[in-house]
Amino acid sequence: MCRSIRAHRRRAVWFRTHLTSDTPRYTGCRMKVSTAARPFTTISGVPIEPLYGPEQLADLDPARDLTGPGQFPYTRGIHETMYRGKLWTMRQFSGFATPEETNRRYQYLLEQGQTGLSVAFDLPTLMGYDADHALAEGEVGKCGVAISSLEDMETLFRGIPLSDVTVSMTINSPAAVLWAMYLVVAEKQGAAWEKLSGTIQNDILKEYIAQKEYIFPPRPSMRLVTDTIEFSARHTPRFNPISISGYHIREAGSTAVQELAFTLRDGIEYVEWALERGLAVDDFAPRLSFFFNAHSDFFEEIAKYRAARKIWANVMRDRFGATDERSWKLRFHAQTAGCSLTWQQPYNNIVRTTIQALAAVMGGCQSLHTNSLDEAYALPSEHAVTIALRTQQVIAHESGVTAAADPLGGSYFLERLTLDTESAARDYIRRIDEMGGMIAAIETNFPQREIANASYEYQKAVERGDKIIVGVNAFQSDHEDAIEILQIDPLAQKHQAGKLAALRTSRNNGRVRASLDALRRAAEGTENTMPFILDAVRAYATLGEICDALREVFGSHQETSLV
Amino acid sequence: MTPPIRVLVAKPGLDGHDRGAKIIARALRDAGMEVIYTGLRQTPEMIVNAALQEDVQVIGLSILSGAHNAIVPRVMELLHEKDMDNVKVIIGGIIPDEDAADLKRQGVAAVFQPGASLEDIVDFVRSSVPA
Repeated sequence: MCRSIRAHRRRAVWFRTHLTSDTPRYTGCRMKVSTAARPFTTISGVPIEPLYGPEQLADLDPARDLTGPGQFPYTRGIHETMYRGKLWTMRQFSGFATPEETNRRYQYLLEQGQTGLSVAFDLPTLMGYDADHALAEGEVGKCGVAISSLEDMETLFRGIPLSDVTVSMTINSPAAVLWAMYLVVAEKQGAAWEKLSGTIQNDILKEYIAQKEYIFPPRPSMRLVTDTIEFSARHTPRFNPISISGYHIREAGSTAVQELAFTLRDGIEYVEWALERGLAVDDFAPRLSFFFNAHSDFFEEIAKYRAARKIWANVMRDRFGATDERSWKLRFHAQTAGCSLTWQQPYNNIVRTTIQALAAVMGGCQSLHTNSLDEAYALPSEHAVTIALRTQQVIAHESGVTAAADPLGGSYFLERLTLDTESAARDYIRRIDEMGGMIAAIETNFPQREIANASYEYQKAVERGDKIIVGVNAFQSDHEDAIEILQIDPLAQKHQAGKLAALRTSRNNGRVRASLDALRRAAEGTENTMPFILDAVRAYATLGEICDALREVFGSHQETSLV
Repeated sequence: MTPPIRVLVAKPGLDGHDRGAKIIARALRDAGMEVIYTGLRQTPEMIVNAALQEDVQVIGLSILSGAHNAIVPRVMELLHEKDMDNVKVIIGGIIPDEDAADLKRQGVAAVFQPGASLEDIVDFVRSSVPA
C-alpha cells in the first residue's frame, strides 16, 4: 500500500524512483511528488530564484563583503589558511547513565581518534536536582550523564588528563556549579587553571527562548553568567565561559535567520552585562564562543555561518569598540540537526548528517558534532557514534573540501544568500534593540512566538507535501530496518542515589552548611559567586544543595505558556 | 451543533522540548477543538487535576526524554482513582515499540511516534471521542 500523504494525490506529476522492482523493503508504489507546483524555497521558506548571476550581486562590494579569510569581517573564515593550518575539532557530544559508564565511553572515543570531549548531562542535572530528588524519578541518566557532586565529576574524568584534553560541557542554568566541579577536579589532578581549555555552554537566554531548561528568573541568571565570564577572564584565560547557542533555537523550529539573529542578539546582551560589570571588552570578548545548528539546506546554512562572522565582527568593532582582532572573530561549534533525523528508515540519517556536516565545514566551523543514525530513537550506540565520527574523518581526509578556504565563496547563489541572510538578521537585531534588549523581548515572548509560528508553518508545509522528508511523507517503506538501540541501565538511578546517601554521611556536614550559608550571603549581595560555589563544591555540597541555596535567594522562573 | 472536543495537551517530566506539544496544540485548535496547554514540567497529579477541572475528553502527553514508563502509568492510575477512565489518553514522542505496546495494554488509546502526521492525530482524536 502506498502511504503517501493525502496532499500528494492531488498532484499531477508522477515520477518513478530509481529503485528496481526487486529492491527489498520498498513498497513499490509510485510516488506522486510534484516538481513543478511546489514553491522553491529554502527549508526556512526563503524564495529561491531559478538561477543566480552577476546581476543579482549588484550590491556586493568585494572590498567590504569578500575580503580574504583571516581578514575583517571574516566572512570567508577566521583563519587565513583555514583547515590547512588546523582541522576543526571532532567533538562528539556524549554522556549517559552513570559517570562510570560515561567515563568508559570517553576513553573509547579518545582511542578512536576523537580530539575533544563534550559532556551531555541528564535532565535532573540540567535542572539543578540531585539524582535522589523526587522530580528526578525516571529521568536519571536518560538524556545524559548524572552528576550530582564533585565525587561524580571525579569519576567522570578518571584517567583523562584535563591539562591535555579540551572539554565542552552542555550545561546552562547550573553551569557555574558544574564548571566549579570541573575546576576542582583539574586542581586535584594538578592541572593549572590557566592552561585549561574547553567550553561551558552557559547560555541562559536561549533557554528562555527555546530549550526551556531554566531554574532562576532571567536577571539573576544573567548575573551568574556574568560572574563566570568575569571569573574566567581572571583565572582561566584559555577557557570559553560561554557558548552562545543558536542550535536549540533552530531545533525548536526557528528559521535559519531567526537562529542567527536571536543568537547574535543574545551575544550582544552578554557583552552589555559584562561591560556593565566593569570588564573591558577586549578582556573577555576573545573567549566568547558560538554554537550553531547544521541543518539540511546546504547553501542556506553556509550563508548563515558566513553572515554570522560578518555581523559579529562589525558589532564588536563598531558597537562595542573592541580593538583586539580576536574579539572580532566569531568562533563556532556546529552540530548537525537532531530535529532532521527520522525514526523511519534510520540509515538515511547517515546521509542527512553527512550533508549537514559538509555545510558546517564549508561554512568554516571550529568544531563539529555529527549526530548518530539512531538518535531519533535514543542516545547513540557505540556502533552508531563511530559511524558519525568516521563521517567527519571522511570529510576531513577524503573529500578534498579542506584544501582551500571558503571553497564556495564567489558563488553567485551563496553570496546572494549571505547578503540576504545578513540583512534579515540585522532587521531582527534592530527590532530587539528597539524593544529594549533581549530580556525585554523574552519577557514579551517575542522570540518564543516567532519560533512557534515558524515551526508550525514548517510542519504545515510538510503536511501539504511542499516539504519532502524522505521516508516520512514520501518514499515510505513498509518494513523498517532494525537497529541496535542503547539501553540505559534502569538501576542507574538507584546506583547514583546510593552513592549520594553515602556521600551525605561521610563528608563534613558542618563545612557543607557553612559554605552554603556563605554562598547565600554572596548571592544576596553583589560579589562574584564563583569563589563561594567553588568552596561549596570542595566541601562536597551537592548540585541540588547548591542550587537550592541559590533558589532561596533568586527564586524560580515560571514561563507564560504560549501556544 | 455538537460542542467542540476538549483536549488537554500536557508536557510532563523535566524536559523542556515543547516544539511537538505546541504544534499538536495548534493543529487540534485549528481543527476546531478546544485545547488547553498546561505548559512545562507537569507532574501526573497536576495533569489529572487539570483534566478534571477543564472537563476534557482527551489528554495528550508529549514525552521525549525516556521517562514515559515512570510517568504514564501514574497518570493512568490517577485517572482510574478519580473515575475518569472515559478520558482518552494519547501519547506523542520518542516511545520505543515495546513500550508503546505496554502503554496501550495499560489503557493508553494511542501512541504517536516521530514522523506521525498531524492529520492522522487530528483524525484519531475526532474518532476516539463519541459525538
